[in-house]
Amino acid sequence: MADTGQPNRPLSPHLSVYRNDIGMMMSIVHRLTGVGMAVTGMLLVWWFLAAAISPGYFLFVDGLLTSWVGTLVLLVSLWAFWYHFFNGVRHLRWDLVKGLGIGESNRSGLYALVLSVLLPVFCIYMTL
Amino acid sequence: MSFKTDYKAVAGLGSAKDGTGHFISQRLTAIALMPLGVLFLIPFMKALGSDHEAVLATYQNPFHALIAIGFFIVGFRHLRLGLQVVIEDYVHAERPRMIYMILNALAWRGFAVAGAFAVAKIALTA
Repeated sequence: MADTGQPNRPLSPHLSVYRNDIGMMMSIVHRLTGVGMAVTGMLLVWWFLAAAISPGYFLFVDGLLTSWVGTLVLLVSLWAFWYHFFNGVRHLRWDLVKGLGIGESNRSGLYALVLSVLLPVFCIYMTL
Repeated sequence: MSFKTDYKAVAGLGSAKDGTGHFISQRLTAIALMPLGVLFLIPFMKALGSDHEAVLATYQNPFHALIAIGFFIVGFRHLRLGLQVVIEDYVHAERPRMIYMILNALAWRGFAVAGAFAVAKIALTA
């Protein structure tokens, strides 16, 4: 009889054979920050709706977002925004067939990472 | 009568049936979000945690209101396209995949409308 079960083939993309490098890490974090900002997006809509509905309800939602948990979530979101921003610029450059070499790609990744920490600090400094 | 051949109807559409539309939209929204995101962020961070009156005053400024509405519409389009790719990559079973895709397609359009409505209500209520 022919074997009708699933053949035991190796599964792509063979995650275990990759060496960890900055390119891989930047890519994974890009996706994580994107998915994470989905939550932030819903919180933003909630905050604006609350402001549009009534002063009392606004006080409640604004209080949640500025509580220590809310502040932590929004601080991470602020970093996520800038990370996704600068790593997105890398992606747009790659789409123009620029900066694709291994050396320059690693370097731009490092720049994006550094800027993603500096810009949130700058934003907080600007708006406090 | 149409002079289009059958080939013309399918050329360039690929297996997803909408060609490069997703790809292009993801990039165009990304570019638009660079100025929109920054211009949204600064007044929002100033308004967050301040009293209700100050928040209303911020978004009664037509510039801030327009930027915020644009940010919700373009940002949530970008978010919907991105999450769609994530669902395509990780949800393989037919039924959950369909359900997530439909929810994703509906929810972010709904959130965009809700966000835009909230800002507009603030902006237009003197």
